[in-house]
Amino acid sequence: MVQINNAIRKLDKGALPVWYEIPLGGTLVSEGSTEYKTGGWRTKRPIWDPEDCSHCLICWIYCPEMAIQVKDGKITGIDTTLCKGCGICAQECPRDKAMTMAEGGDY
Amino acid sequence: MRKTIGLTGDGAAAEAMRQIDPDVVAAYPITPQTEIVERFAEFVAEGSVRTELVAVESEHSAMSACCGSSAAGARTITCTSSQGLALMHEVLYIAAGNRHPIVLINVNRTLSAPINIHNDQSDSLGSRDCGWIQLYCEGAQEVYDTVIQAVRIAEDPAVLLPVMVCLDGFVVSHNVEPINVLDDQEVKDFVGEFRPAYSLLDTENPVCLGNLTLPEYFFEHKYSQAYALEQSKGVIESVDQEFGAKFGRSYGIVEGYRLEDAEIAIVTLGSMVGTARAVTDELRSQGVKAGVLKIRCYRPFPIDEVVAALKNIKAAAVMEKALSPGAPGPAVFSDVLGALYHKGVHVNLISYVAGLGGRDVPARSIRRVYEHLEKIASSGRVDRILNYLDLRGWQ
Repeated sequence: MVQINNAIRKLDKGALPVWYEIPLGGTLVSEGSTEYKTGGWRTKRPIWDPEDCSHCLICWIYCPEMAIQVKDGKITGIDTTLCKGCGICAQECPRDKAMTMAEGGDY
Repeated sequence: MRKTIGLTGDGAAAEAMRQIDPDVVAAYPITPQTEIVERFAEFVAEGSVRTELVAVESEHSAMSACCGSSAAGARTITCTSSQGLALMHEVLYIAAGNRHPIVLINVNRTLSAPINIHNDQSDSLGSRDCGWIQLYCEGAQEVYDTVIQAVRIAEDPAVLLPVMVCLDGFVVSHNVEPINVLDDQEVKDFVGEFRPAYSLLDTENPVCLGNLTLPEYFFEHKYSQAYALEQSKGVIESVDQEFGAKFGRSYGIVEGYRLEDAEIAIVTLGSMVGTARAVTDELRSQGVKAGVLKIRCYRPFPIDEVVAALKNIKAAAVMEKALSPGAPGPAVFSDVLGALYHKGVHVNLISYVAGLGGRDVPARSIRRVYEHLEKIASSGRVDRILNYLDLRGWQ
């Protein structure tokens, strides 16, 4: 694990590790993939309506990129550096207008 | 208590699995492996193992379930043959790349088409580049012993790679031999407890597995995996030696049979080794200096050991039950040739493809291979490199 952590630290600094510093099986012990900014992939964008939202957090659970921002159990917004526009949040949202998809990636 | 009982190769594998009592077995039945799963399912039903047996709908799912359970920190075993191994193919690479120490017992059977349920080694030899350790067994006792050793090899912290234990379908899998079975506790003590490097169920130490790895990292990732496979040779050797010291049977990664002063030799793997030994004994009684080199560990390929065993041989034939259509030579032949080139050693080497689709490889046919080698040894000239044993129309 020490070796893995050292390799991760090196990754964070931007220095590329040599082959014997690669973590076992490419395993990551950092916070998953949030270091990797997938916001640039977006061709559709989710529109969150705080008026209609019941804060059930289903979108937060389903979001594959940790893009739904939550504070004290309440949704506060969308991290546009992470949201890749997949639309799962809008698909899973049980309400009509709380989360909908709009054409275009730019906010 | 140790005991000697009659078991088939499949039965010996199932017995070893019962004693190992793995956490998870995910398998799909296919001829000639079926008896292993059948027997093991009985052990599960009667409660003599605590294993979670996952009855999957295909071999692709079997190997996928094995990867998942291994990632969760469970000791995992599966078994298959032929089309089943082919269907697992893409997941075999994932098991090795993610460093899952899974044990797979492969009962060698040919691949379609034409469809045929009988033995040759084209299934596992075709999977030689997946990054797995591959061990080929000569008989059922070796199957039993090797399955037990495989668990230790795979889970060794210096290895952490999947291991394929191969036995020839029907020839070994369905013939009954007297097998010395160890005491249950001896096997449990030998394999010990699985201590995974990480576990997806360990929520205190969360890990992210199966990550996208783009061009900046992929090459280094694959080389570290290949390096682990090369280095596993020492562990395969030491586990075999420890097994031998405790239980009196060890096999080595290669075995030379009557090779010390031999002039001609057959290099082969699996059940053909036994027949070649018998022919060698007969030729020796007639004054012919014949020998056999058995390759037990095919991946990692034992370059040093193969070259050391063959360096004084005048003519050698590599016999294997698989074709490599369009290649300069079949798989094992090419590897032996490559090993000799590594060390700058020249041996008059020929290839014999034999026994495809379950065609018997009897002693009289192996005798003809030795006769061919005698001609090459006395003339010093290789007449034909690629040869096909008992192929009608081939002369």
